[in-house]
Amino acid sequence: MGGTWGRFNIAAIVLGFAFLYLPILLLVVYSFNESRLVTVWAGFSTRWYASLLSNDGLMDAAWVTARVAFISATVATVLGTMAAVALTRYTRFRGRLLFSGLIFAPLVMPEVITGLSLLLLFVAVGLDRGFVTVTLAHITFSMCFVAVVVQSRLVSFDRSLEEAAMDLGATPLRAFFQVTLPIIMPAVISGWMLAFTLSLDDLVIASFTSGPGATTLPMKIYSQVRLGVTPEINAVSTILIGIVALGVIAASIVNKRRDVLRRREENLARERGEG
Amino acid sequence: MQSLGSTRRSFAPWADPDAKPYIRFENVTKRFGDFIAVDDLSLTIYEREFFALLGASGCGKTTLLRMLAGFEHPTSGRVLLDGQDLRGVPPYRRPVNMMFQSYALFPHMDVASNIAFGLKQDGMQKGEIAERVAQMLKLVQLEPFAKRRPHQLSGGQRQRVALARSLAKRPKVLLLDEPLGALDKKLREETQFELMDLQHELGLTFIVVTHDQEEAMTMADRIAVMEKGRVMQVATPAEIYEAPASRFVAGFVGSINMFEGVLVKADGGAAEIRDRSGAPLLVGEAPAAAPGGTVWLAVRPEKMRVTRERPPEAANVLEGEIWDIAYLGDMTVYNVKLDDGRIIKASMMNSQRRLEDALTWHDRAWISFPADAGVLLTS
Amino acid sequence: MGRLFSALGSRLVIAVPYLWLFVFFLVPFFIVLKISLSQTAVAIPPYLPVFGLDEGFAGLVRNLRELSFENYLWLLGDPLYLNAYLSSLWIAAVSTILTLLIGYPIAHGMARAPLALRPVLLMLVILPFWTSFLIRVYAWIGILKPEGLLNQLLLFLGVIDQPLVIINTTTAIYIGIVYSYLPFMVLPLYATLEKMDYTLIEAAQDLGCTPIAAFWKITLPLSLPGVVAGSMLVFIPAVGEFVIPDLLGGSGTLMIGKTLWSEFFSNRDWPVSSAVAVILLLILVAPIVYFQRAQARARERA
Repeated sequence: MGGTWGRFNIAAIVLGFAFLYLPILLLVVYSFNESRLVTVWAGFSTRWYASLLSNDGLMDAAWVTARVAFISATVATVLGTMAAVALTRYTRFRGRLLFSGLIFAPLVMPEVITGLSLLLLFVAVGLDRGFVTVTLAHITFSMCFVAVVVQSRLVSFDRSLEEAAMDLGATPLRAFFQVTLPIIMPAVISGWMLAFTLSLDDLVIASFTSGPGATTLPMKIYSQVRLGVTPEINAVSTILIGIVALGVIAASIVNKRRDVLRRREENLARERGEG
Repeated sequence: MQSLGSTRRSFAPWADPDAKPYIRFENVTKRFGDFIAVDDLSLTIYEREFFALLGASGCGKTTLLRMLAGFEHPTSGRVLLDGQDLRGVPPYRRPVNMMFQSYALFPHMDVASNIAFGLKQDGMQKGEIAERVAQMLKLVQLEPFAKRRPHQLSGGQRQRVALARSLAKRPKVLLLDEPLGALDKKLREETQFELMDLQHELGLTFIVVTHDQEEAMTMADRIAVMEKGRVMQVATPAEIYEAPASRFVAGFVGSINMFEGVLVKADGGAAEIRDRSGAPLLVGEAPAAAPGGTVWLAVRPEKMRVTRERPPEAANVLEGEIWDIAYLGDMTVYNVKLDDGRIIKASMMNSQRRLEDALTWHDRAWISFPADAGVLLTS
Repeated sequence: MGRLFSALGSRLVIAVPYLWLFVFFLVPFFIVLKISLSQTAVAIPPYLPVFGLDEGFAGLVRNLRELSFENYLWLLGDPLYLNAYLSSLWIAAVSTILTLLIGYPIAHGMARAPLALRPVLLMLVILPFWTSFLIRVYAWIGILKPEGLLNQLLLFLGVIDQPLVIINTTTAIYIGIVYSYLPFMVLPLYATLEKMDYTLIEAAQDLGCTPIAAFWKITLPLSLPGVVAGSMLVFIPAVGEFVIPDLLGGSGTLMIGKTLWSEFFSNRDWPVSSAVAVILLLILVAPIVYFQRAQARARERA
């Protein structure tokens, strides 16, 4: 029983969501503008999408970004999940305080600091800036986000399930892979998706740690935006927003359907049990 | 308890046609979407009464309480308190206070602040508040805990804080939503008597919502048994138990044996029915139904006797086999399987000390009960 | 054997991510610190001295001697940097308060929404967070420009006769930060408000509180952990924000993230930008530690 949903609450939500979505909506609408002037509507057109395809620089950057995002998200998910397990399971080991600090600090650390410090590390060890360094940098900050997402799921995980598995003869490793991991999988997957989009989005850290030949899409977009607002950028943005929105909506529909299915099965089982 | 009982016996405003109703629900209906929580319900409660709303979860009893507190509003019908229609009166202006099932103690305030909360809302003087809080703490015997936070208290102590908080404003009516639900059995029984003493001492009207029939029977002057948003019967605990108005009430309060049959004879103060197996059953009361109609004879287990030999002078006798025995200390409950497969429950007081019962599993046995043991029901 | 393996396994689970963060997050800070104490040089990399063990212990000692606090003295001596720090803190603080004022009613509304609607609303708050930060900031350029959509609308409605100058002002930065960081404020607030037992509000009303009084006395105090978490999540990154002041604030506005960026990319002065980063980090250490403590406490309670 949520109490009453007053007029004030409804107004706050409607206005709040209008604020959140109107700018994005306008951006999408104007990507279909015929005119080169972004803010003057001159009729519907898809010409900017067509011109995107012939913009080699942009396409190259998109390809680099996709690879960086995929690799960094995958490695970050493995490392982040390990970190989450370490944080929830091992409540006392030497340096745990520092460890949890290292996990949570990157979440709020200004990107200019993270970017600069990583760059200086790469220079100090003599690693050439490029694809590898951007990927390493992205793994580092996105693994912390994965760790937080997975950890929040692990906290509510019923440990007696794992104990039951071990009681039945599974080694801790097997118990983890055969019992724990399948159950926390939705959190691991959403951690991966988060890491992927974080990498896809990042401008500041990539600008510091990337080098020639590894220009990412945000870097490309940024350099064009600095020159002025162009409908082409609107078109790229629209495609990116579309991809992310599709991914998130698809994931939530899959989750929802699994929930509904499960609830239906539970109800069925209950009826059978009573009948 | 004894002295309370004796003063209570004379308290029966519901029997007095001139008594002024204090709280009235008039044809109240409450819908949540398609769900009808309260269905055209009318009910009268008198001043200083300890009234219990008894029913299973979802029967509408809590909704009824929340309508009186002002958290829900009737879809139709009226709620009156002391003659005043409560429509449009927000919860914070009603002279009733509620003790919540979850206690709803404010976690960021200590015990004293929780108790003082309502008094502060009324703009009471500081000195007066302190005095009243001290008085309340004393009443619930929590003086040493004034500065504790709710999470530093035991379940029983929290319950007392909640009680003190809702009593601090001296409401005309105290509403208690499953007040003892979170306590363990022993504490619950003690607290029941404390609540009764308190109500009597303060002279307030208490309305308690509970799903526990024993709790309702122990504490209340009258009980309203509810089912699916309707009141099935309003009566004193003894009437509810001994003279239930319907099979539902009879089955809901205590355990009972139900004999379905056809009324074959009704004259004066007695009746005879023929049950499913064809056996005649004698009843010492005139039924409301006409001969030929279907009736039910409800007999409480403790009104029956189980014997090895057929008792010579019983009005009603049934033969069967001992199917199950539950030894409870003060009494023994027998499940006797009749030859047609029905199982009858009979309980016998263990008034004599004995370790070996005469009757044991699979013995043939007779069940007997007098004509006035049961109640004849038509619905 | 299996036991040995599992002991090793648990070590690895801790050691691998620990080592990774140690090397890629903690060590770099010390390098930043070191470089902030070196001198600018026209070289690759553009600073001196470069630590190296090839010269042995004597070389290390010589390097240490050459460390200088020149960059820090330079930063402290130039009011430009001091102003950049102060205005960053000021802008971040004001934006945090604005985000709180806008985010609280949204989170409150969500927490009181019908149960079935809540997951949808929650997803709608998270969704913008998944879309590119850069793109969301970029979207505001088209809106806030003198010939942008907001001015077009206001001129059309007759509210104003002259286009408002919003872009390239501090106002535009406020709008950008509030907009970009709103989900970070709403989510922790929603989490605490949603968890809150609604019967507490009913109890307060039952005891004589009007709904507004019940909000001030019960809801707000109980949601303070969410307020703290949300404010920290906005304030700390906002202090060092680069994209928003760069794209919306123009050249006239001063924020330390932008200063660091231009020291690094335009002036190629690595030691000074490192010093800027070190001081920024020192400023942020207190709120970061405070935030972590608060988070740890919240986790323990849960």
